[in-house]
Amino acid sequence: MRLEPVANPSTARRLGLPALAIAATMVVAMGLALLAGASPLATLGQIAVGALGSKLAILETLNRATPLIFTGLAVAVAFRAKLWNIGAEAQLYAGAIVTVLLGTGALGGPLVLPVSALVAMLAGAALLLGPVLLKTRLGVDEVVTTLLLNFIMLLFVSYLLEGPMKDPMGMGWPKSQALIPEARLPRIVDGLRLHWGFALAILAAIGVWVIQTRTALGFEIRAVGQSPEAARFAGMPVNAVLVKTALLSGGLAALAGWSEVAGLKGLLSQDLSPGFGYTGIIVAMLALLHPLGVVVTAVFVAGIFVGSDAMSRAAGVPTYIADMLTAVALLCMVLAILLTKVRVVRG
Amino acid sequence: MPEAEIVLRLDRISKRFGALKANDAVSLTLRRGEVVALLGENGAGKTTLMNVLFGHYLADAGTIEVFGQPLAPGNPRAALAAGVGMVHQHFALAGNLTVLENIRLGTERLWARGVGAAREKVERLSRDFGLSVHPDARVGRLSVGERQRVEILKALYRDARILILDEPTAVLTPQEAEALFATLRRATGLGLSVIFISHKLHEVMAIADRCVVLRHGRVVGAVDTHATDRGALAALMVGGELSLPRAEARAAGAVLMRVDGVSTPDRGAVPGLKAVTLDLRAGQITGLAGVSGNGQAALAEIIGGLARPASGRLTLRDRPVRDWSPGIALAQGIARIPEDRHHQGTIGDFDLTENAVLETYRSRFSRRGWMNWRAARRFAEAIIKGYDVRCPGPETRIRLLSGGNMQKLILGRALAGGSIREAPEIILANQPVRGLDVGAIAYVQSQLIAARDRGTAVLLISEDLDEIMGLSDIIHVMSQGRLSPGFARGTMTAPELGLWMAGQKFESAHAA
Ligand SMILES: Nc1ncnc2c1ncn2[C@@H]1O[C@H](COP(=O)(O)OP(=O)(O)OP(=O)(O)O)[C@@H](O)[C@H]1O
Ligand SMILES: [Mg+2]
Repeated sequence: MRLEPVANPSTARRLGLPALAIAATMVVAMGLALLAGASPLATLGQIAVGALGSKLAILETLNRATPLIFTGLAVAVAFRAKLWNIGAEAQLYAGAIVTVLLGTGALGGPLVLPVSALVAMLAGAALLLGPVLLKTRLGVDEVVTTLLLNFIMLLFVSYLLEGPMKDPMGMGWPKSQALIPEARLPRIVDGLRLHWGFALAILAAIGVWVIQTRTALGFEIRAVGQSPEAARFAGMPVNAVLVKTALLSGGLAALAGWSEVAGLKGLLSQDLSPGFGYTGIIVAMLALLHPLGVVVTAVFVAGIFVGSDAMSRAAGVPTYIADMLTAVALLCMVLAILLTKVRVVRG
Repeated sequence: MPEAEIVLRLDRISKRFGALKANDAVSLTLRRGEVVALLGENGAGKTTLMNVLFGHYLADAGTIEVFGQPLAPGNPRAALAAGVGMVHQHFALAGNLTVLENIRLGTERLWARGVGAAREKVERLSRDFGLSVHPDARVGRLSVGERQRVEILKALYRDARILILDEPTAVLTPQEAEALFATLRRATGLGLSVIFISHKLHEVMAIADRCVVLRHGRVVGAVDTHATDRGALAALMVGGELSLPRAEARAAGAVLMRVDGVSTPDRGAVPGLKAVTLDLRAGQITGLAGVSGNGQAALAEIIGGLARPASGRLTLRDRPVRDWSPGIALAQGIARIPEDRHHQGTIGDFDLTENAVLETYRSRFSRRGWMNWRAARRFAEAIIKGYDVRCPGPETRIRLLSGGNMQKLILGRALAGGSIREAPEIILANQPVRGLDVGAIAYVQSQLIAARDRGTAVLLISEDLDEIMGLSDIIHVMSQGRLSPGFARGTMTAPELGLWMAGQKFESAHAA
């Protein structure tokens, strides 16, 4: 068996294979349910109902998608330039810390929200600046540095929550003080849990798309990602482009932390992010790094998580089935994308 | 002599790409022991035809017979099994493996037994065909010519009886090309058949038995080589008479750029520059002759902004250059035609529009950071029209273009000016006609002459002495990183330049 490139993949190939990937994901899901001792079809049904079965469920899915859109965009932007930012998790927490610092009384009035968003973005951007400068100046691999920063940041957050930022009234729990009301993102519709962070995430996706397709910077980012050598020869400031990309990416990831704190949780705790930064990588890859695609795949992945939560409550199947499903979905999709470009021949 | 058996028969092959007919009912036969040259302008459909034969593309119509048997379409395995071997212009070798490993790769499992037998076979083949390479050398370390020998060995190892060579000499030095021809003569002597694609008509005359000429995807002529000449072939290819432009002598203007005592460190086997001093004058074509790999790349990098001299300096319009980068060089009116059009000159997955504005997107095609894609597209369309770039349209990804057409786009981009200034003041043309057809060569050369006549300083780096002598107002020769004195037009003969290229004259000039 060997692989052979397909010169011009047909439309059927390009659409059919991803569809097949989704079907394969479902089959694996049913297999997992069977292993866990539940009825496969019922399990799938419960996931779907749990994610989309009611207004409440849908809103919950969209809420869960919000930070994933931001981290997915952060990854998509960086990966376009072949800047491997694996540190969206750390940048998310940097944004969250800033949001709490500014939102618990340091600032007041209507400006708190925009100011905290801006400063959060700066914090996230600053966090990625180090790795990118190490990369451009000394050639240090950013995969390693950004990944390590995730662990450093998690430890830093637990230090803050056990020490300087610990809520004195928190009965000893490691969590921060709650935000003042002005520092919180309002809900889109009164009485429903969905907050404005979701709308902003969609705006951010459109913004990134416009940057990529309509601006000179977007052109540079794509060129540097495709061929740094040709970009340099054409006179593009390759290193400056990488730094700008990093700032944009870090800022977007930080907005995930900002919107989670200001829109949903209202405070900083160690479980603020169940790995949104890492899941953002899956979201971005599933979307083939397309910013508008990120919105769709973020909602899809969020739906699997929310649906699996509901299903596990109903059927007693462990929740980490959601992690497995997203992983399987990613693997199937990557395989499907590969198979649109090459075919397997025998011999 | 009785006619030898027919080993390959292509019958009315047609292949479209969108609206473009790349091959239009092309028929071709190849006999045992014969070399057939496939000729045609850039984009005529030569590579496409060979890709159909080798199974990379599925033909829309037509059939192929190899040794009398129909060949399954769209299957390179079948082509290989039938005895067809192809050497692509862009080699597909793994640089970190050895020659032997590369040859066995894809044929046998690398861990399978029989390495000894494989080595014996490779050694026997390289003896029989005069393809000297060391089986244990790492391919990444080999020169272009050696890599090509590996590709040919790989085809022979798989028992190819029909060899397809797509522009094999485009990247070879004249000596390497001679060695290749010796190999091909031995191969045909042993009963192999060869399809040979080249734009260099003197090579075609030297090696081919027959020529098949394509134009716009159709066969427009098939002639025996001994019954024709270069002029007739060229006329067949372009569909009319053609003569290469020769520049008339002309008074040069002021020095625009001076390379002043510049040295660079050696890079492995490639020598660095040794105190090179060179003036580029307005309205003058400076020819730089020499076998490639003698420091031309280092000089081009310095002039184009990619590198700085380790010692010595660069002055631009009498001012010493301090900050130096490709962007600054462009802004200073230096246009570059790079040697490596695939890695430096273009981005393969970008379309023609994006590639056309790669250097000027900031200065000409955006305002306050917003791209004006409509203007960019118009610019690309103007280049396509003005330089006769054969392609389905400006939204085609550039890697799908034939090599020559890619080069025309780069040329159009460069001559339109790299900076906000309308036209470049200095043109750095590094092997500008490599891989171009005769018509395109004439066109490119006339454009360089026209630029000179407008007062542009042109530095022409080329291995082709005819080109250097035909165009240059002043000729320098580079050898081992050293630069010869400048010789005015008409004061040097080709053999004399050859002595300089071989490095002998440097010694005697030194001794004197
Ligand atoms: N995969 C493709 N998709 C679209 N157009 C293509 C594709 N491959 C080739 N073409 C177009 O088909 C035409 C023929 O190309 P081909 O590569 O066969 O030319 P060629 O004769 O080999 O030219 P050259 O001498 O420049 O190598 C060109 O106009 C080219 O742009
Ligand atoms: Mg070709």
